[in-house]
Parts: sequence; structure tokens; C-alpha cells
Amino acid sequence: MTAARATPLLARTGLRAVVCSLALLCAAIGAFAVNYPALTDRIVDQAKIISADTRNAIEPKLAGLEAKSGIQLVVATVASLEGQEIEPYANELFRNWKLGQKDKNNGVLLLVAPKEHRVRIEVGYGLEGTLTDALSKVIITNAMTPRFKAGDFNGGIARGVDDIITVLTTDAAEWQQRPALRLDHEPASDRTSRILIALLILVGVLFTVWPGFRWFMLEMALSALLNSGGSSSGGSSSSGGGFSGGGGSSGGGGASGSW
Amino acid sequence: MTISVSRLRAVAIVVVLGLSVSACGYNSIPTNEEAAKAKWADVQNNYQRRSDLIPNLVATVQGYAAQEKSVLIAVTEARAKATQVKIDVSQLDDPAKLKQFQDAQAQLTGALGRLLAVSERYPDLKSNQNFLALQSQLEGTENRIAVARRDYIEAVRVYNTTLKTFPGLLWAATFFRSNKPMAVFTANEDAQAPPKVKF
Repeated sequence: MTAARATPLLARTGLRAVVCSLALLCAAIGAFAVNYPALTDRIVDQAKIISADTRNAIEPKLAGLEAKSGIQLVVATVASLEGQEIEPYANELFRNWKLGQKDKNNGVLLLVAPKEHRVRIEVGYGLEGTLTDALSKVIITNAMTPRFKAGDFNGGIARGVDDIITVLTTDAAEWQQRPALRLDHEPASDRTSRILIALLILVGVLFTVWPGFRWFMLEMALSALLNSGGSSSGGSSSSGGGFSGGGGSSGGGGASGSW
Repeated sequence: MTISVSRLRAVAIVVVLGLSVSACGYNSIPTNEEAAKAKWADVQNNYQRRSDLIPNLVATVQGYAAQEKSVLIAVTEARAKATQVKIDVSQLDDPAKLKQFQDAQAQLTGALGRLLAVSERYPDLKSNQNFLALQSQLEGTENRIAVARRDYIEAVRVYNTTLKTFPGLLWAATFFRSNKPMAVFTANEDAQAPPKVKF
């Protein structure tokens, strides 16, 4: 009797699970339907419009910006937006590449779609206050689209990159307000480091002479392990030959233009 | 020594219990619920940001195109109506309430679209720096709204799926009886696409 009643319930639950996972699978396939270019470098020129000279001129500036401020600025050109508007495409691409540091979201994507005649500056959450929508729009309409209209992609992109870097690095008032955005923190003062060293020595001594303290530390470590399940460490990784995003995200800040 | 052993055992039991409960998805319902609520706060913030831009926009347009009274009044009224409809995170499981919010905001989107269309007829207004800045801010905000809505819909999908699929299903039927699936925006592509502003 109970078995007879239980079976349809189980079957129903199972069926629902199957349907849901199918839906999930479909959603996953749908999400990956667009073919985003891979993040191979700070300049991803899928549309093949950037000359070697321009690339050599821009690349050190982008690397220098990251070395100085931690900001990841990436230039991308795509052969096609695959039927999408540039705004959702740029946002998805930004999140796909995870530009900027994870805890600061300080990435910027300059996306050019020559086939659709569209350009967009997509700004990470952490830089929305510095590189505002209005400033992005000004850069696009003044520095980029007039040159694009004349067919000068190299000139437009180079000027756009210059202007973006200028906005990001020279607004002194903005920098002073946000010391957390800077990587070149002053080193910890002598006093703090001395206190730290004293604390470390104290912990070491307690650890060796007091067994109860060892258990206490073990419990702390275990609970920390339990609580940290799933979270991964962020941070940018851009040394060596490869280049990758640091885990940042964007919420649609920036501006677009067309020519 | 005996104290240490019993304490070790206690620690081990807590660890095993904690691991098994979280591995069975006990945490996923509250975690996903909070994530969806946070995404909703984003949606509401971005709509608020749009509504904050409007008085300035209306004032600027008025300076150049005061005769377009009906359009300006429509925007102001739609804004007033839209700001009245607020949704508390606890009301997210009420589709009717969400529909009300969406309709009010869609009304404002429409009125704003008409205002921008009318602005096209005034060359002085179109080249006004303040207007251009406001226009790009408005564009950016519309885009942020679209992104926030997409994120919210995705977070709710994950949360609702947790409530209806296997390990979550058990917890939803026992410890989280009060947790209801949340409502999402009904697909309305017209309202979702940012208004086209051509320069």
C-alpha cells in the first residue's frame, strides 16, 4: 500500500529532476551559443584591423597601466557580434574574460565591431565612478568614431586607449578619494610590522608549550576551512607569456557609439 | 590526555556533521535566496538611478522646448507613479506585485522614449553639453537596468531550481517550508531593450 503510493511520488520527483536538469542543460547550451574570442593577450584582434605598429605602441601602455594601478584594460575587435546588440555582447564578453581584480572589479574593455560599425567602452563596477558613462561617451564621440568613419581604425583605437588611460590615471582628486584602488600602497610602517612579529613569536611559543592552545588553533583552522568552502582566491595573473583576467565583473557601465 | 581525545572526537563529529549537511545542499536554499535578493536590490537601485536623472533631464529639455508640455508632464507623472511602486524583498514571491512594478517602470520607459524622440527636433538642445551628458548617463542606466534584470532572472532561476530539484526539494519540504519560488519579469523585449538614441 505504502509502496504503491510511494512509487508514483518517486517517479514524479525523478521525472521533475530529469526535466529540470534538461532545462538546465538547454540553458547552458543556450548561454554558450555565442562564440566569444579567447582572451589571449591585452589586444585581441579578431577582426584583423590593428596593424603591428599600433599593437607595439599600445601594448606597453596597457601593461604599464596594470603595473601601475592594477587596472586591466583590454582592446578587442570582433569579426561579428553574431546578431547581438553590442551592449549585451560587451557585457557577456567582459564577464567571460573576468577583467580586473576580483575584489576591485577594475577592468575596462574597449570593444570594436567593424562589421556592425559599433564601438563600446565597457567599464567594470569598480571604475564606474572614474570612467563615467558621460566620459566614455565623450571619448567615443571625440576620439574614436570620427577616425573610424574615415577608415582609420588604428588611429581611432590608439587615441581611444590614450584617452581612457588619461582619464583613469590623471584624475588626482579621484585617486586620493579611493586609495583602495591603488596597488602601490605604502609599505606597512615599522611599528605595525614590529607588533606583527611580536604576535607571531607569541603564537609560536604558545604553540610549543601549551597543548590546549594547539587544539584551539586546530579548531580555528577547521572552522575556517569549513566556512571557506567554494570561495576561491582572486587576483590578477598577467606575468609571463599568457594573459588572463583577474576575476572582475561589470554591470553594464560605460557607453557605446556608432559610425 | 583524555580531555584532548574527547575534544578531538567532538571536533570530528562537528566536522563530519557540518560537511554532510552542507554536502546535502542544506545551505543552497538560503544561499541562493540571498543571492536572488541581492540581485533584486541591484535592479531596484538602477531603476532608482534612472528616476534620479529625470528631474535634471526634464529641466534641461524645458529650457529649449517648453512648448512640448504634454510630453514633459507625461514623463514627470510616470516618474512619480513609478517611484511609488516599491517592492520589499519579502514580496518577491508575489508575481502580481512584480507585474505592477514592471508596468509602472515600462510606462516611464515609454514616456522617456517619447521625450528623447521629441528632443530630436531641437538642434540647440541636441548640441547642449548638459543634455548630451544626461543622455549618455540615461543610456548607461538603461543598459545597467538590462544587465541587472538579466542577473536577477538568472539568480531566481537558480533559486527556484534549487527548491524544485533533488536535495533542495527535501529541505524545502522540511526546514524551509516558508520559502516560495520567486517571480521573474515577464518577457517584454520592448521594455527591456534600451531606447535607441542616435547621435
